[in-house]
Amino acid sequence: MEKKLMNEIFHDYVFDFYRKMQINQIHLIYEGEVTHQITKAFTALTEDNMAKESEPNNLQMKVFHIIVESLQNISKHAQNIEGLDDTKGIGTFLIAKSTTDYFIIAGNLVHNEDIRSMVELIDTINILDKDGLKRLHKEQMKLGKISERGGAGLGFIDIARKSGKALGYEFKPITHNVSFFILTTQIPRNNNE
Amino acid sequence: MNSIKIEAMEDTPRIVFDPENDIFEVSGRSLPEDAALFYEPIIDWLRNYAKNPNKITEMHIKLNYFNTASSKLLLDMLLILEEMVEDGKECIIKWYHDEEDEDMAEAGEEYAELVDVPFSLLTY
Repeated sequence: MEKKLMNEIFHDYVFDFYRKMQINQIHLIYEGEVTHQITKAFTALTEDNMAKESEPNNLQMKVFHIIVESLQNISKHAQNIEGLDDTKGIGTFLIAKSTTDYFIIAGNLVHNEDIRSMVELIDTINILDKDGLKRLHKEQMKLGKISERGGAGLGFIDIARKSGKALGYEFKPITHNVSFFILTTQIPRNNNE
Repeated sequence: MNSIKIEAMEDTPRIVFDPENDIFEVSGRSLPEDAALFYEPIIDWLRNYAKNPNKITEMHIKLNYFNTASSKLLLDMLLILEEMVEDGKECIIKWYHDEEDEDMAEAGEEYAELVDVPFSLLTY
């Protein structure tokens, strides 16, 4: 009896999940450790799908680029959080497609003490136009150093430049010192810039 | 001087630095898990080469994709060429990109602004 009930719960969950994926046009969703193998698998999968759908080359490259940067952000910056099970490199990743845009969404845990500097950086990026972003990128290329985590401090700037849209973000509080950071990148499918 | 030859992998470029045959080439895509780890020996090699380089060093870069961490290390590589030019050596960077790939063309233009080395942008 108990087994039947459990099965029903799982089956309902899977069916519900399937329907929500369809409704929201979600192409891929992942929760777990973002390893380099995962990055390679997701980029290869997306490349194949986009090629099948005959998406223009430059759109394919933009989406590819933003997937790589978003996933490498998670693998480099998702930190171990004290009091929680191993959370280093753990994140949630989603690719959705509408008739007009691709959406790349990445989520991971961050310490609340890091939120302020992240908000400052993203808000700075979001008010810059194309030339402003180009200048900021150049500055960071000149002054930036590869950090201990292996990043160049260019990820957000680059994602914004490639997408041509403001970065969407939110911090969902979890505990008094930990939040879940969500970054949404919108990539127009018809970019005639 | 020894040469460097690294075959392209799924996530790392092909690198050939062969002074004896005047070949300096970086090609393919670059998104290694640890970009610093991949580029460190290459940058070290280039630093060493810069002490006693060929009469002309012509660096061919034919990348179709690189991540941001790689972009920074690529700049570090090109800045070694800039130092060579400051020392009176002759260097040229030839940046190749797909005709339709505006992002790679723009990336080339930006490197040309960042490093003071004769630079040509070419399509393939």
